[in-house]
Formats: sequence, C-alpha cells, structure tokens
Amino acid sequence: MNRRAPRRWAAVALTGLTIGALAACSPAGDGGTGGNDGGSGDDVTLTWWHNGTGEPLLGFWEDVAAEFEEANPGVNVEVTAYQNEELQRTLIPNQLRTGSGLDLYQQWGAGELAAQVEAGFVKDISEDVAERAEAMGGVVAPWQVDGATYGLPFNFGISGFWYNTELFEQAGIEGTPETLDELYDAIDALKAAGITPIAVGAGDGWPAAHYWYHFALKSCAPEVLQDAQSSYDFSDPCFLEAGELLNEFVESEPFNDGFLATSAQQGAGSSAGQLATGAAAMELMGHWNPGVMGGILQEETGDENATPPEFLGWFNFPAIDGAQGDPTAALGGGDGFSCTAWSPPECTDLLNYITSVEVQTRFGEIGAGIPVTPGSEAGIADVNLQQVLAGLQESTYVQLWLDTAYGPTVGGAMNEGIVNLFGGQGSPSAIIENMTNAAATL
Amino acid sequence: MALTTTSTGSAATAAGPVPHTASPRPPRSRQQTRGLLLIWAFVAPALIVYVTFVLVPVALAAVYSFFNWNGLGALDRFIGVDNYVRALTDPIFLGAMMNNGLIVVLSLLIQGPLAIGIALLLNRPLRGRALIRTLIFVPYVLSEVVAGLAFRLMLPPGGPFDSFLTSLGWAGDKPLWLADPDVAFWTLFAVITWKYLGFAIILMLAGLQGVPEELSEAAAIDGASWWQTQRHITLPLLGPTIRIWAFLSMIGSLQLFDMVFILTGGGPLNATETMATYMVEYGNGRSQIGYGSAVAVVLFVISLAIALLYQRFVLRRDLRGAITRG
Repeated sequence: MNRRAPRRWAAVALTGLTIGALAACSPAGDGGTGGNDGGSGDDVTLTWWHNGTGEPLLGFWEDVAAEFEEANPGVNVEVTAYQNEELQRTLIPNQLRTGSGLDLYQQWGAGELAAQVEAGFVKDISEDVAERAEAMGGVVAPWQVDGATYGLPFNFGISGFWYNTELFEQAGIEGTPETLDELYDAIDALKAAGITPIAVGAGDGWPAAHYWYHFALKSCAPEVLQDAQSSYDFSDPCFLEAGELLNEFVESEPFNDGFLATSAQQGAGSSAGQLATGAAAMELMGHWNPGVMGGILQEETGDENATPPEFLGWFNFPAIDGAQGDPTAALGGGDGFSCTAWSPPECTDLLNYITSVEVQTRFGEIGAGIPVTPGSEAGIADVNLQQVLAGLQESTYVQLWLDTAYGPTVGGAMNEGIVNLFGGQGSPSAIIENMTNAAATL
Repeated sequence: MALTTTSTGSAATAAGPVPHTASPRPPRSRQQTRGLLLIWAFVAPALIVYVTFVLVPVALAAVYSFFNWNGLGALDRFIGVDNYVRALTDPIFLGAMMNNGLIVVLSLLIQGPLAIGIALLLNRPLRGRALIRTLIFVPYVLSEVVAGLAFRLMLPPGGPFDSFLTSLGWAGDKPLWLADPDVAFWTLFAVITWKYLGFAIILMLAGLQGVPEELSEAAAIDGASWWQTQRHITLPLLGPTIRIWAFLSMIGSLQLFDMVFILTGGGPLNATETMATYMVEYGNGRSQIGYGSAVAVVLFVISLAIALLYQRFVLRRDLRGAITRG
C-alpha cells in the first residue's frame, strides 16, 4: 500500500503547483511602484504607453524617457508603443479596469476621457499642470472635464487636403482649390488627365467620415455643434444638409477604385500609401499624414531614412458659398497623455517634461507633428506642417473630430452611417437616425 | 498491476451489502477515500483551468449582458433583456447570423464533397503523393493572420491577383474582390475554403486508413467497379470521420472571426460581418461591453444548441459510451 503514497503526494503536489502557477499569472498590482530589476525598494517605475510605433516618434519617446530617468535618479520609465486601434480600444480600457500597472497613457480626449473620468481611472492634474494648461489655452479643452484638467496634449493640428503638387501640375491645375466648386474643377481636371483624384480609406470608417465632419462644419454654426456634443440632439437641419453636400460629392466619383475596402495607413495600397506613391493626387487627412507616409515609404523601399515625399502640398478644406457655418472654422484634434488615478507623483513630472518648450521644440523638429506648448512653434521644420499650423492659427473656432467629441458609441454609429452613404446604401437622414438611435442606448 | 487489483477489490467491497451497520450509507473505506482523492488530484488541474477560463467568463458575460455597461464604470445600470431585444432586431446582427448560417451550409455542401473526392484520389497509388498531401495541408498550417494579410495584399484592385488574371487573358475590369459588397462574401468563402480544405482532406485520409483493404479486395473479386467500391464500402465506413469533420466545420463556421477580421473587418458595408466580428465591433469597438456580452451569449447559446443536438442525433452512434448515454 505504501507504494502508492508517493504517487498520491506527487499528484497533490502537482495540483498545488498548478494553483500556484495560476495565482502567479495575476498581475502584480503594485501600482507601478517597486523596481523589478532587483533595484532598491525606493525605486519608482513608470509604465508609459503610446501609439508611436514608427520612427521618428518611437525613438523620440525612448529618448525622452531616458532623459527623464537621468534627471530623476531612482525613477525607471518603461515606455512601450502599441498599434493605435489596439491601444485605444482594447489595451488601455482593459488595463484601466484592473486598476494598476499603467501610469502614463495616450489620451485622445473628449467623450472617451469623460467616460474614464466618470469611472474614476484618471488623475485630476489641474493643480500640477495649471501653468502649462494656462499657456496652451483653448487646445487643452478636449483634455478637460467639467473644468478640471485630466491630461495634456503634445500634438494638435487640423485636417485638410494633402496633395501631390506634381500631379496637380500634370493635370494643369493652377493654385489650390479655394472653394468647393474649384475642388470639383480640380477633380474633373485630374480625371481628364487619367489620374485618380482622391484616395480615401473608407475601410477604416473615420477617414471617410471626416468628409461629413467638414461639411457639417461648413453647414452648422459653432453653437449648434457645441450643443450637440452634450445634448446629442441632431435635429438641426444643418446636419441633414451636411449629408446632402456629401452625397453630391460622392456622386462626382472622385475616389480610388475599391475605396470601401481601402485602409488609411497600412502599406502602399492604403490611402496614405496611394498618395505617397503617386497613385492618387489628394487625401483629406490630419496633420500626422507626412509621418504616416514616411513610415510607409520606409517599409516599401526598405530605406530606413526615407522621408515624406517631396511633392507633398497642403490646403485647407475649401469654403462653400452661402453655407451657414463659420467659414474660418477648422476641424482638428490632437494627441495627449493622461496619468492614471493610481500613478505616482512622478507621472505628472514626466508629463510636464514631455510638454516642456524644450521637448516640444524637438518634437516639432523631427516632423512628427505640431507641438502645442507656446514657444515651440519655431521647431517646426516641415514646410507643410507650417502651413497646417498657419491654418490652425487663422481659424477662429476649432471643432474636435466629431467621433472623438461624441464618444465611441455615437461616434461609431455616425461613422458607419457615413460609410454607408459612401457605399451607396445610406442617405443623409440615415446618418442622423444612426446617431440618434445610438445616443438612445447610452 | 497492484493498482488495478486494489481498486477492483475496493469497488467490490463498497458495492456489497454491509450487514453489521445500521446506517443507510456504509462508511467509506480508507481505500475508497484514497481513490477519490486520487481522482480529484488528477482532475483538479484541468478543472481549475476550465472553470477559470471557460465557465467563469461565460457566466460573467451572461451577467454583463443584462446591464448597460461601457466597460469602465460600476455595473449599476440593469436594463433587463434590452440588449437581447436590440441584438435580435438589429438588421446588421441578423445579417451576420445569416452569413454564419450560409458559411455553415456552404462549407458542408462544397468543402465536404471536395475533401472526400480529393482524399479518395490521394488514397490511390500516385507518383508524388506525399508531396501533394503536404502541399494541400500547407494552408492549414499557416496562421490565419498571415494568410489573411497575404490575401489582402494580393486582392486590391489592380493588385497581383488582378495582374495574374490579366496574364491569363482576362483583359476587362475585374470584380472588386474585397470592396464590392456583392462579391466580398464569396471572396471570403473562397479564402476560407482554401484555408480549411487541407484539414478536411487530412481527416478524410486518416479515416480512409481505417477502412480494411480486405473489403475492397473482396468487392473486386465479386466484380465491383472502383466507383461501386467507393460508394458502397469506403464511404459508409468513412461515415464516423465525415460526421466528426462536419461537426468541427459547423462549430468553426459559427465562431469564424480571425480571417474575416483581417481580410475585410466585416465590411464592406457589413457584407461579411459574422456574429463574432459584430460582437467585437459593436461591443468592444463602441464601448458597449454589456451589449457585446449579450451578442456573445447569443453566439454561445446557438453554438451550444447545435453542438448538443448534433451529438444527440448525429454523433450518437460514434460516441456511444463516451459522451452520450445509452
């Protein structure tokens, strides 16, 4: 009988091991403090997540983290880049729910931020960054909820048409379109020259939706847009008018073949890739586009130092004669960072360092985007980004991307309705209906 | 050996009547307790993993599905069955269910016969048979993401696949394989077939190895043709394999996600949406975890019902004594 005992104990031991192993799988939950590299107990580790998976941003944030570590002995910064959609929709919400492990993270602001604040996941940094927020001015608004600051932007720009100056020349287009009619003329001229006028990544939804946002901005008064942001009331006829203007635009067939399945940023076949490789003449996109195109060219050519194409130009979304909206209004948005509610005080120090004039000036110099902190504009080396900045400074009102402003539920339904219109299966009123129905499920 | 003898002995003791005790339940012998302990010790690791990663998440999803929850705040907005009503009346979700159903049926009708036919051919003496078998199995070995991305790169308008067709002499406009809502579903089905046919063929080939050669020889002596032999001997004996394959194929079709997500993301205009992509897009993507959970529960119940019915009525003979009773 005794011969069986060892087996039994082996089985019990195995069970114990399994339970132990499972227990070890759960997160350490130490609120990001405590070094895991065998350092002393006083060490602080900051976990920092951002979406800059491509150069120059990837290396830039690593440099910033290293500088901060050097200036603050005992602080470790673990900086990791994740693909944008994964980071925003899956990784950050899941990590926030665990209530530990993450300190500084990418923050797109507005609707999404409000939901995170309501759940108590975000640190109120109003006092720690008061000076910086004051200096930045109005652009901080998307990172504020009920007057309190929950994050700071490091990059803010507006959307407009990126175009290929060589293809415009080839099609005999002089200057850039100032009005919608001139844009239609340019589209016709490009088509006549056998050039695809516009690439749009409707497969991703939002790049197509930006057209409707722009038309809504031209049709609706700023007050109407701002009210809708909190009331989700889209009954003003200007929203319908935006859809009608878009319908007309789509019917002029300016887009690349198969645009419904085109992605925005992945590879040469994406809308950014088509513009970068000269397969299409225009793309309506945010200020990050040169960086995206540079990344695609690096991948496609295998040349690590490939830069955004030389032929690139930028012009603001054209004005529409007789439209009700503010003609100097612009559509834009930015990237920021927030600290989690459980992050150590060093998190706000790091955020202050990231948004310092010195780091922001360098951010402009590498051409990754448009810095926000006043005094750092001088760093913007890229001619096109200078134009975007000029557009931003000229605008009297900057409307945040509507999907960000309305949050993922209403924003997602809105984008879906707009893409349906692009695909010929929607209507201007169906977009409004989609938004209203989604708002009812909030 | 010692183990077997002891267990049998203890079982006999336990089963027999114990006249000298008054209690209705005989006290457990030490050996019996030890046996139970051993069973639990062996079952526990698998059970713990199963409960933690299967049963608990399913139960949690069922709970979430009755709440309006964005996944961030407290679970405090109970809304009853509203999420279920919304899902089952949403034309896009119903379309996704239709797509799943269509893939189930098409897989059975097209992939099944195709796999059996190819397996029968590959079972005959043939030059380079091993090479052909390997090549057919390669797509199944590739990861879904790799295969999906490869097709995404090949299929855009004017892409490599279109150039290939042009080189074959098709000069005109090609269909928009992934961008035309009327075409994309069929493109998706073709890619799925390419991906999973190899698995079906390998299963069938394995099943064919279990068909005794003597039967075919006897049939040949009786004057049966090759076709007659396949029809009346091989196919009936391949039955258990075909039924198991059909089961795996159905469950796989119902839960289809990876390939669709990579290849089309459910688009264009929801033309290739499946229940699983719908769940991710409308639950996770739109911060409506409660609603996504309701969709998950619907998907779970459909899969469970089909699995149980299939096991009860179709796999009954094959699994007799293993899962079902009697």
